[in-house]
Amino acid sequence: MSVVEGTLTGTLTMATPLLLGALGENIVERAGVVNVGLEGMMLLGAFAATMGARQSGNPYLGVAVAAGIGVLTALLFAAFAIKLTANQVVIGVVMNLLALGVTGTAYRALFGTTGSFVETAALPRLLWDQTLLTPLALLAVPAVWWGLFRTRLGLELRACGEQPVAAEAAGVNVARLRTAALAFGGAMAGIAGAFLSVGETNTFKEDMTAGRGFIALAIVTAGRWNPYGCLAAALIFGFADALQIRWQALGWNLPYQLFLALPYIVTLAILALGGRASQAPAALGQPYRRA
Amino acid sequence: MSVRSETPGVPEIPAPLAGQPPGETTPPAWPLRALRALAQGLGYAAGLLALMSLTFLALRINPITALMALWEGAFGNASSGHLYPLSETLVKTSPLLLTGLGIVVAWRAGLFSIGAEGQLLMGALSAAALARFASSLPGPLLTLLMILAAMAAGALWGAIAGWLRVRRNVQEVISTIMLNYIALALVGWMVRGPLQERARISPQSEPVPDAALFARIIPPAWSGGIPTRLHSGVLLAFLAAIVVYLYLYYTAAGFGLRVVGQNPEAARAARFPVPKLRMQAMAISGALCGLAGGVELLGIAIRLYDNFSPGWGYTAIPVALLGGLHPLGTVLSALFFGALTAGSGNLERFSGVPSVVINIIQAAAVLAVVGVRAWRARRAGSAED
Repeated sequence: MSVVEGTLTGTLTMATPLLLGALGENIVERAGVVNVGLEGMMLLGAFAATMGARQSGNPYLGVAVAAGIGVLTALLFAAFAIKLTANQVVIGVVMNLLALGVTGTAYRALFGTTGSFVETAALPRLLWDQTLLTPLALLAVPAVWWGLFRTRLGLELRACGEQPVAAEAAGVNVARLRTAALAFGGAMAGIAGAFLSVGETNTFKEDMTAGRGFIALAIVTAGRWNPYGCLAAALIFGFADALQIRWQALGWNLPYQLFLALPYIVTLAILALGGRASQAPAALGQPYRRA
Repeated sequence: MSVRSETPGVPEIPAPLAGQPPGETTPPAWPLRALRALAQGLGYAAGLLALMSLTFLALRINPITALMALWEGAFGNASSGHLYPLSETLVKTSPLLLTGLGIVVAWRAGLFSIGAEGQLLMGALSAAALARFASSLPGPLLTLLMILAAMAAGALWGAIAGWLRVRRNVQEVISTIMLNYIALALVGWMVRGPLQERARISPQSEPVPDAALFARIIPPAWSGGIPTRLHSGVLLAFLAAIVVYLYLYYTAAGFGLRVVGQNPEAARAARFPVPKLRMQAMAISGALCGLAGGVELLGIAIRLYDNFSPGWGYTAIPVALLGGLHPLGTVLSALFFGALTAGSGNLERFSGVPSVVINIIQAAAVLAVVGVRAWRARRAGSAED
């Protein structure tokens, strides 16, 4: 496979977890909730998929387990952020720490010292060296778009994010719909994490998400809360990530760390150049308490 | 943190008054407030103890032996002496305290900076770079310049995120995390390139000249011949807590910062320079975290290396939250986390529990505290209906 081909397929591979996480977060933010805990949910998903795949020998089952864990974590988030109307950013940050602690403890308890290689069943590769999750993620883009902009549920969801008081007056249960959106976001985050462990690397490392959850958050903003925008942004970041892996083959005389930092620099640049985020859902991040 | 008004246009009720029934608008006199704070503190301590016991029980560990092991690891016992464990606790507290203070300043201004880690690294990096290229300077002068460089670098790193927020509306949650990873890559490059030790074996810098290092406070004779690591930089951390407290609660700039955090709209209406105050908050926050990096370099690490920070910047967030986003509360919280960290090694030795379990305790503790506060605010909110 030539370097160009490798970079292109690499772009798809690296973009997939970002896209999955971003699509879920897109729904969540359209409903008016900021889920900073996305990173933690991805990490838990990665670990859950590893364990599920090890126990059952079936990597797809691992993905399903990861999605389930994602949903459970999201419900925990919802209990604090929606039921108790605590600050969403605070709860999200704490979720990340909890995820780091839980996965780290479980990993050490089960597999000994950090860094040991954990063999797990891997998702089979199909066309173009991609797993099933990549075309699924790509199909999810128009599906999420259609759900958000062409269905009644999508309209109600967007109302929750723009004017929750008006939505409640129109009969929408804002708390329940936001929780449902979070559950969906959690499932997507879990699957994204599963991709990292069971799909891409065939193992689990502590903190293997390495900030991808936050990049997914940035993708939602850069994509202007539109699934197709998320796809474009995810591909750009995937490209930067893929470039980082192949830097040696490219033979450029630049330090490796520059390519390590590239996805993050690109994120900052896109966000900085993107201008004012005036299309954000109006009630984004504000806890809603039923009157 | 404050009760959100249901009627648009009416400003939010500030947090301290949110829990009081209508009609009582003046806060009680300070002795009563102090007593109330003490009672709350004791309540939190009891709750923390209960939480830790529950966590151990859930992991099928005897909570009593676990807590004893943690205590002895952090504070020592009569037979093996107290000075070494205590000094370790303080050593582990200092970076958490400084970064925690950085978080307090930023979050009090309403900016959810997660960038303490990157700012710490930039502080350590600039101090190390200065040490490398100005190593011929007299010791104390070099120390002072390194501290200033660390604070400046941290402030710059924070100011980048501040500028992005103020001028480009980039959410600081995201920008600070991106900057963290960029700082990490920068350090990784420097310790393998321009700053690497002359022998070029490991990814680490040359050691900081002996004359510039922070002095060890406790003579080895006091701790039975075992040298302790308590260094004078730890005092800087506690000093910083007092300075931050005075700044936030006794200066006009600090007041403006808090107003911007509580209610930016009201601040704008009252002609507070909101963008400037936000930039200041990010710069001060970054300076504190950069200082943390410099202090660690001069006191303990002596060299800059890969994985310089075991996540102090991220742990700083639960530290600050547990401390109620108050500088003095952060002192207590940082001591708690420092004691936990120092004790966790002992915990692992005596009960086989991996030391990472304290991460769960920390997260659960913050979740519980945040949840309780939110629940009480919600109750107070519905009581007003």
